[in-house]
Amino acid sequence: MNFDETVRYMKSHEWVRKDGNLMITGISDYAQDSLGDVVFVELPEVGATFKKGDAFGVVESVKAASDVFMPQSGEIVEVNTQLDDNPALVNESPFGEGWLIKFRPTVPEEWSELMDMPAYRKYTDELEE
Amino acid sequence: MSGILNKTLLHPWHSAHGARFTEFAGWDMPIRYERGPVAEHRLVRASCGLFDISHMGRFVVRGEPSTAFLDELLSSPIAGLRSGQSSYALMCRDDGGVLDDVFVYRISATHTFGEEGWLVVVNASNREKDLSWMRAHEKSGLTIVDASADIAMIAVQGPRAIELVDLLCGGQAGSVERFFSRECAFDGIPALMGRTGYTGEDGVELYVAAGSAVNLWEKILESAERAGIEAGPIGLAARDSLRFEPGFPLYGHELSEERTPLEAGLKWACDFSKPFAGSDAMVVRARSEDAVRLVTLRMVDKAVPREGFPVFDAVDCHERVGIVVSGMYAPTVDGYYANAYVPAHNAVRDTPYSVEVHGRLKSAIVVKRPIYRPSYRSA
Repeated sequence: MNFDETVRYMKSHEWVRKDGNLMITGISDYAQDSLGDVVFVELPEVGATFKKGDAFGVVESVKAASDVFMPQSGEIVEVNTQLDDNPALVNESPFGEGWLIKFRPTVPEEWSELMDMPAYRKYTDELEE
Repeated sequence: MSGILNKTLLHPWHSAHGARFTEFAGWDMPIRYERGPVAEHRLVRASCGLFDISHMGRFVVRGEPSTAFLDELLSSPIAGLRSGQSSYALMCRDDGGVLDDVFVYRISATHTFGEEGWLVVVNASNREKDLSWMRAHEKSGLTIVDASADIAMIAVQGPRAIELVDLLCGGQAGSVERFFSRECAFDGIPALMGRTGYTGEDGVELYVAAGSAVNLWEKILESAERAGIEAGPIGLAARDSLRFEPGFPLYGHELSEERTPLEAGLKWACDFSKPFAGSDAMVVRARSEDAVRLVTLRMVDKAVPREGFPVFDAVDCHERVGIVVSGMYAPTVDGYYANAYVPAHNAVRDTPYSVEVHGRLKSAIVVKRPIYRPSYRSA
């Protein structure tokens, strides 16, 4: 199981990484491993705005559809169109090529409310018990 | 949760080999292994997969009236089966609703089962209901034994399955005709081998004394490794997509007590030259104005249709006309498909529909069934 140190995490297993003025979000390795093979990803329109905790899309595995939630409030500036033809990137590279959205944060201080890597790792350990 | 669930004898093996489990019909069953369901699906289509299907129910029916009893209860031509032959069949209520879909084998005297008789393999979810139904229709001189706990069941499926099994039984698998069975020793382990399966690939289903199940399973995998035949265990998620592509129904989805075999497109499994439970009623229902029909929809707009999603008329999008009973990404044909019940008068190929997926209408179209042609049918 991989835990990226450079990102912050939500309890619902999304991660968010600072990228200049923007933020990049995907789902964690723990999340993709629990879901299994991802066969479809539904992503929002560029320009859509969401509040922290809003569902912005759906990650569909073989057996289940899972909403994915905004780690911070913001406006979508880009979605990962590669996932349209190759949703398995979410499994293969959850912190890299399998990213979901880029957004411009409207409440930047929400970053500090998220779990850092050690806290998230501890949280997932507790889920396994 | 797992404390109250049944476990097959192979459960510890699955655990030790990276299986994730799910509750299925009261059983704690592997849903997938480490390679994941899409790769498992492809392994069966390309080479060979092993399935622990010991959770299914197995009844042995014996006695003088057993042939007539099963012929009246089941939809297929039971009385015409020869020794060793098997058939897919529906067991229906008197109103034509499907109680279960089963595989029935006429077995000669075997080491595994003892005296000659009939083996009826039923869905795990329906085992108790089926047994009650059969016992309610029992005739004198008949014995119905639930042998589910004594006999384990392993399916070996894929284009290299016969070659693999032949390594253990002296080449006998290849000489068993499709839908026939024979008892063989597999490196010393006796088992009944049926040339049957539910994946659309060639292969066998093995019935083995429960105590030998793990041994036989491991021997098959060891043989595969020695012979360089790629093989591995397959979980329920891939089992579902493997049965979906060749158009095989799954009870609780395509089949239920609310639908008849004719609505489910299973006329081929019904022998109307004889009376059988529900035979008249299902014909009457098929002629009614509100008759429904199972169709396969290909999603024109990319989306994963799932069980329970509503189906709408493509023109008048306000009118809900049908319901999805199974839907998924189909790996071999690389697309998103649904099986849905729609009005029987609007079920021909190329009919457009809309499926509501997560609150949005997605275009879909009726396609020819099956979406994947089983290899043994084209051979």
